[in-house]
Amino acid sequence: MYAFEIERPKSVDEALAALGAEEAQPISGGQTLIPTLKQRLAMPSKLVSLSGIDELRYLRREGDALMIGGGATHGMVAREAATDFPGLAKLAGKIGDPAVRNRGTIGGSIANNDPSACYPSAAMACGATIVTNSREIAADEYFQGMFMTALEEGEIVTGVRFPIPQASAYMKFEQIASRFPLVGVFVARFADRVGVGVTGASNNGVLRWREAEEALAANFSPDALADVTAPRASDMIADLHGTAEYRAHLIPVMTKRAVAAAE
Amino acid sequence: MPKDHGIGASSKRREDVRFLTGTGNYTDDINVYGQAYVAFVRSDVAHGRITGIDTAAAEAMPGVLKIFTGSDFEGVGGLPCGWQVTDRFGEVMKEPPHPVLAQGKVRHVGEMVAAVVAESLQEARDAADAVMLDIEELPAIVDMKKAVASSETLVHDEIGTNLCYDWGFVEDNRDAVNQAIKGAAHVTTLELVNNRLVANPMEPRVAVGDYNRAGDMSTLYTTSQNPHVIRLLMGAFVLGIPEHKLRVVAPDVGGGFGTKIFHYAEEAFCTFAARALKRPVKWTSTRSEAFMSDAHGRDHVTKIELALDEANNFVAVRTETYANMGAYLSTFAPSVPTWLHGTLMAGNYKTPNIYVNVKAVFTNTVPVDAYRGAGRPEATFQLERVIDKAARELGVDPMALRRQNFITEFPYATPVAVEYDTGDYHATADKIAEIADFAGFETRRKESEAKGKLRGLGINCYIEACGIAPSNLVGQLGARAGLYESATVRVNATGSLSVMTGSHSHGQGHETSFPQVVSEMIGIPEDQIEIVHGDTANTPMGMGTYGSRSLAVGGSAIVRATEKIIRKATKIAAHLLEASEADIELKNGAFSVAGTDKSVAWGDVTLAAYVPHNYPLEDIEPGLEETAFYDPSNFTYPSGAYACEVEVDPETGQVTVERFSAADDFGNVINPMIVEGQVHGGVAQGIGQALLENCVYDETGQLLSASYMDYAMPRADNVPMVTVDHSCQTPCTHNPLGVKGCGEAGAIGSPPAVINAVIDALHSGGFTHVTHIDMPATPNRVWAAMQG
Ligand SMILES: Cc1cc2nc3c(=O)[nH]c(=O)nc-3n(C[C@H](O)[C@H](O)[C@H](O)COP(=O)(O)OP(=O)(O)OC[C@H]3O[C@@H](n4cnc5c(N)ncnc54)[C@H](O)[C@@H]3O)c2cc1C
Repeated sequence: MYAFEIERPKSVDEALAALGAEEAQPISGGQTLIPTLKQRLAMPSKLVSLSGIDELRYLRREGDALMIGGGATHGMVAREAATDFPGLAKLAGKIGDPAVRNRGTIGGSIANNDPSACYPSAAMACGATIVTNSREIAADEYFQGMFMTALEEGEIVTGVRFPIPQASAYMKFEQIASRFPLVGVFVARFADRVGVGVTGASNNGVLRWREAEEALAANFSPDALADVTAPRASDMIADLHGTAEYRAHLIPVMTKRAVAAAE
Repeated sequence: MPKDHGIGASSKRREDVRFLTGTGNYTDDINVYGQAYVAFVRSDVAHGRITGIDTAAAEAMPGVLKIFTGSDFEGVGGLPCGWQVTDRFGEVMKEPPHPVLAQGKVRHVGEMVAAVVAESLQEARDAADAVMLDIEELPAIVDMKKAVASSETLVHDEIGTNLCYDWGFVEDNRDAVNQAIKGAAHVTTLELVNNRLVANPMEPRVAVGDYNRAGDMSTLYTTSQNPHVIRLLMGAFVLGIPEHKLRVVAPDVGGGFGTKIFHYAEEAFCTFAARALKRPVKWTSTRSEAFMSDAHGRDHVTKIELALDEANNFVAVRTETYANMGAYLSTFAPSVPTWLHGTLMAGNYKTPNIYVNVKAVFTNTVPVDAYRGAGRPEATFQLERVIDKAARELGVDPMALRRQNFITEFPYATPVAVEYDTGDYHATADKIAEIADFAGFETRRKESEAKGKLRGLGINCYIEACGIAPSNLVGQLGARAGLYESATVRVNATGSLSVMTGSHSHGQGHETSFPQVVSEMIGIPEDQIEIVHGDTANTPMGMGTYGSRSLAVGGSAIVRATEKIIRKATKIAAHLLEASEADIELKNGAFSVAGTDKSVAWGDVTLAAYVPHNYPLEDIEPGLEETAFYDPSNFTYPSGAYACEVEVDPETGQVTVERFSAADDFGNVINPMIVEGQVHGGVAQGIGQALLENCVYDETGQLLSASYMDYAMPRADNVPMVTVDHSCQTPCTHNPLGVKGCGEAGAIGSPPAVINAVIDALHSGGFTHVTHIDMPATPNRVWAAMQG
């Protein structure tokens, strides 16, 4: 770690002011950023902690949507979304371990957009809206490839609004070491459409499997996927833990299981 | 009723109180007044020529005391290798120098090139970042077969080859083995990899060097399994400090698994720098450094052939193994694929003809050395896998094939130079069938199939040689050390006692089990006995803990020293009781005269020894303190049978271990609970090797699995409840406790059971073309194997 200063604002406005400083960077749960700092892979001169900002730590029902504050931890989502949106609650309950879930936040995860992060698959499948201090961005436009988002310098994620599906489930096939998803699929069934979000697999980051969405909209059953064209192996990540072919193979397998499990 | 104290009791591990309440004293807890910190500059290329090291900018940074490079170590010895193997042709192995800081070339990612010592750790690290290395990168050699086939890229130019040795065992058997294979009715061949592992003890390595000018005394605090060995190697071979001016302390050590046996450059550096700077110097490894500087384990590539006659009797075994040494010879590296591996190739079977060939190879990777089991897991894995494959090819029951070939008469001299003293392999085979409930397997398989899963049952047997080792024998085999163990029993005036042992405890529970032995012998409570270890200043010269040797060798030394104590105390008691020595009996902590009610308590005798008013001073000295050194006359041979049941998800290739059972013969057992714990831990590591752990380099020598994001350690939910049984006991015939050792069995016996189970599961699902899957059997590998 390199030396840095830290500020602990109490409101979003104070945080934005603090972030105006040169080389300032927000920190939420620190579950991604702290390991990066420990390896000396980042050298911010100032960290602005968002974890003391109460107005970012909430989950709230807004009509047919669930609004989650950017500072809500994975643990909060796992507990507080269980009734309204069990598919998302279960996704959150499987991120990392209890320590990670008690610190890590949805805002940090969405801002970081790790190609293997869990939440982006749900955001894509549900057509969520990413809310920042200055605007609202549709998930389809927000996620722009591995670690790339629509966020501008100094802009922070203040919340994520999820339309609540009638039924949903997340199937995570874990990479054996990190236990991040090697492939994770979120399936969400709405009255008029089905969303399928896939994380972990693609070189282009989180994606929607549109062919599956169409097939499932017509017939929401695992069998409906039998003849659907699967995402191509040539676009998939290949690493120590899985070849591109293997990842491509897992997408339909996990999608079928998510459809079968949707509640 | 199980015993509640002494030999055979499950006494609770007294050391756990401090480990679990944060009151342990680990090396990183040690801070010496005036201490400075070192940060090492490590190579980020696998192979290259050092053309310049620019330290100017770093030297000017705040807090920097001195920056060391290879040139500061000219005239200082290199790290010695403790074992010299002689090859098939009678030539000794190639033994290139192993400098403390790189000289001329770097040979693996993580090798230390420079060292920055500064007032604070932060300052040391900042300045280390500012050291500019000029390294002309050379092609790296990672693949062992390529390294041997061509000398185009040499890890060590001066030896002209990457082959450290080409070992044949027993060379004289070679022709007979070739003949037997030619004439055999059936030959099963298997090529396999024993995957490279990183030991990953919970506590990373730490070294604190200290120097006392007044007494010209150096002290090294270090995370070691054998402080005396470090003192000898570092003092005599590296730094030239005589042993009486060097103290090595290894306090609480948070796990070793072999990787803390070896003498490391960081230890020598901290001791050297403390003398140079007249300041204590401390280094605490980060986890990232541990991945690229702790000696790795395993990494063998093997072809094994098993030949059988028409009646399915084993007639010959022939193996060819490439064993990775990494870039330098670590302390005991040459012995692992040879004497700890070749001698085990008979396994539990009476195969008459065995020939083992091992080519040890230098590559641009971290040095490889002993890791829990060391050589024996590699031997067991290949043998038990090839037997399983043979059973499938021949259509016979895999356990029946094993049983048919079991050694049943003891002592048994194998064709690979060792003599098994005792064993009963049918007993553990019977026991495993019972505790693993073979009878219920088909029902469980149907239940799995109803859930869409394939279920497999894998079994294997194992034998290991531990209780390392008879010094005269290992001397002939190339060891540059003796492998006895020592103990001093110091009885205090009031009767309590301290046992100073040369064994070292880093998780094994010696502080609990050793007192059980002494308590049994004298009859005083265990809490009257304290175990002292880990400091060369207050323990007799000992060889430390590895190779499941502590109880069998170290415990035997304690028995011998305690016997001396009892002999002397008996003399004193005879004097006090005015009886003949021959009539004195020691029972329950009191000496009595046989056939009378006259007795004297243990404490009165010990008091008399230190307050010798009424004492036979003309016959014996006052005091009660004895030392014994014990050198075993043979290895010990624990054995057993293991069974694993897995489920395989046919859609994803995911393997889960559903049941695991271990039937071991450890001879006599001192503390059953500790033995169970040792087996649990070993099995967890074996399951880790079989399904999860893999240390991977790319072809340029970059370490791909360099953190827990990519290196998969077994976690609680990867390991089922393990059923452990050690009721089959054939006591060792040649040590006083009749014990065999249990520390490595779990890690030796479990990997083949897991892989045999995976293959069995796949066959049950119709994937009969799959004859082998290399470890770790990751979901991707299993799925790929199913695809054909
Ligand atoms: C052991 C372990 C296992 C894990 N397993 C999983 C897993 O299975 N699935 C998964 O999805 N994740 C996993 N994670 C990651 C975890 O979910 C992190 O919590 C998350 O990725 C980052 O959230 P954070 O609040 O910790 O962000 P931080 O680490 O604090 O920040 C991450 C990045 O986002 C920026 N940032 C933080 N908050 C905001 C904000 N509100 N607006 C804009 N930028 C912001 C920071 O500047 C930084 O660049 C794991 C982490 C660990 C340590």
